Order: sequence, then structure tokens, then C-alpha cells
Amino acid sequence: MRVKVFITPKAGILDPQGKAVEHALAALGFTGVASVRVGKYLELELATASAGEAARTASTMCEQLLANTLIEDYRVEVEGA
Amino acid sequence: MKWGVVTFPGSLDDRDAAWALGLLGQEVVQLWHKDRGLKGVDCVVLPGGFSYGDYLRCGAMARFAPVMESVARFAHEGGLVLGICNGFQILCEARLLPGALTRNAGLAFVCEPVWVRVDNPACRLTRLTTAGQLLRLPIKHGEGRYVAPAEQLREMKQRGQVVLRYAAGDGQLTSAANPNGSIDWIAGVANETFNVFGLMPHPEHAVEEALGGRDGATLLRSLATS
Repeated sequence: MRVKVFITPKAGILDPQGKAVEHALAALGFTGVASVRVGKYLELELATASAGEAARTASTMCEQLLANTLIEDYRVEVEGA
Repeated sequence: MKWGVVTFPGSLDDRDAAWALGLLGQEVVQLWHKDRGLKGVDCVVLPGGFSYGDYLRCGAMARFAPVMESVARFAHEGGLVLGICNGFQILCEARLLPGALTRNAGLAFVCEPVWVRVDNPACRLTRLTTAGQLLRLPIKHGEGRYVAPAEQLREMKQRGQVVLRYAAGDGQLTSAANPNGSIDWIAGVANETFNVFGLMPHPEHAVEEALGGRDGATLLRSLATS
């Protein structure tokens, strides 16, 4: 199964990259950008046919390595599920 | 005291740390990231650098190096561990220290001497200093903005775990004196049992007048005589 993992800075944690992109967009004339958060996107190919198992495995991976849950949130999407 | 300095792939300051400790008359052995034991050292140093290329997050990969199993066991048994810069990041990722180190608020890599104020002079890292003493130490990092959840931070402060803070030359916590946006100007912390320490400034690069000062030697000597 192909699993998409989205990792973003937790709400309340300053995201200076997001702020910089937000200001750059404003400088380009894009008005009405309320906020930008910059995160990470990972694609995993997992050797299982079960969407549930893939999601559980990816979540465990996030807890143990892919995200630092003190400062980051993660979201797991199983493709086609 | 017998010190062990760990070299990870991408460590930069391992030799400098060993050299500085040697200058202070300490016995130093090198530890390799694949080592399973700690060669009977009294204190482990995790040095600065970019272990594993800072992939994923600073310190996230080094945490899983074989030697870190021994370091974690050593720390839980009360062994002395010092993390400098990338070493601090590794100790936070390994949950041997509270909090996390994130991208500098100004986004730029900062490389400059700063003033650091001793907020807890009663621990092994600072026993040769006095409360409020200012130390001149260099910093050089892109991810040094310390963060910790509010509740945890409150408890850390109550216990005296916030050991070192960035300050102006007169000891005041001004916004200009905070080089990376760290919460509460935090530059260095201890664990709950005060045997694991992490700091972003580099004491090993401040051990000779020719290098801009010897305040780092005061911290290393504190540990050596603790």
C-alpha cells in the first residue's frame, strides 16, 4: 500500500519558514493569505494489502521517528482507502 | 576523570572537544557511533556537528545509533552526559532531555560569541560558577530555538533544570540578547536527576584566551570536578 504522511508544526509552535513564505507571497502581490505553515511530506510503500494495517504501521512510525510529537502533528493517508 | 567523546557520521566538534578536555588535563577516549560499550568512561560527550546530515530532524537519526543504547542506559544509571549543540539536539530527540530544538526564529544560521547567564549554579555543570555569572561562549547553529510545552517548562524551572540562559552583557534578558528565539532565553538545560546536560553554546571552543576566552573551561572543569 502507498501511504502519504503529512507532518506539520504544531499549532502554537512558531514556524519561521511559514512566516517567511507568507511575507514572500504578500510581496508578490498575493493578498488575502491569512497564514502559511511549512511541513514535510513523505511517501511510504508498505508491504501490506490492508489499509487499516498500513495506517496503523505508518502512525507508529510517526510516533517513533518520522515526527517529533512534542513540536509536530502528523496525518496519515492510505492511497485508495 | 575519564571522558568519552562520541563521533557520529557528520560530527564536527568531536576532535575539538577531545582537544579541549586534554588541555584541561582530562583523560579522553574516542567513542564510535557503532560502539556497543562506553569503555568505562565517567562522562560521555555528544559533540556538535551535523550527525547523519541532519536528515529528517537534527539529532533524529543519531538517536538510533548503536552507541546511543549504551548512552541511554548509562544516563538512566546516573552517568554523566554532556550534549553540545548537535549533541543537545540528539539528547532531546532521545528523550534524555526535555523539550526540542527547532529552526532559529530568524531562519539564519547564527555564528557569534554570546553572553550566557548561569541561572542554576548548584549543578555539576556549573558548580564552579555563581548565580547570575555571565559566560562568554560561541554559538554556531541553525536549529537552536529551544521549545518545551508550558506545563513542562514550569516544572523544569521549579526544579532548576533551566541552567543557562542567553542574556545581554549586563545580565538582562533583552530581545536582542536572544540569538535564536528560544523560549525564556534558554541556552542550556539539565534532566530531572541533573546528570544529563545539554547546551547550544560551545564550551569546548572557549578554553584559551587565543580563542576569545576561557569561560567554556569553567563549565568543563565544573563537570570534571563534580
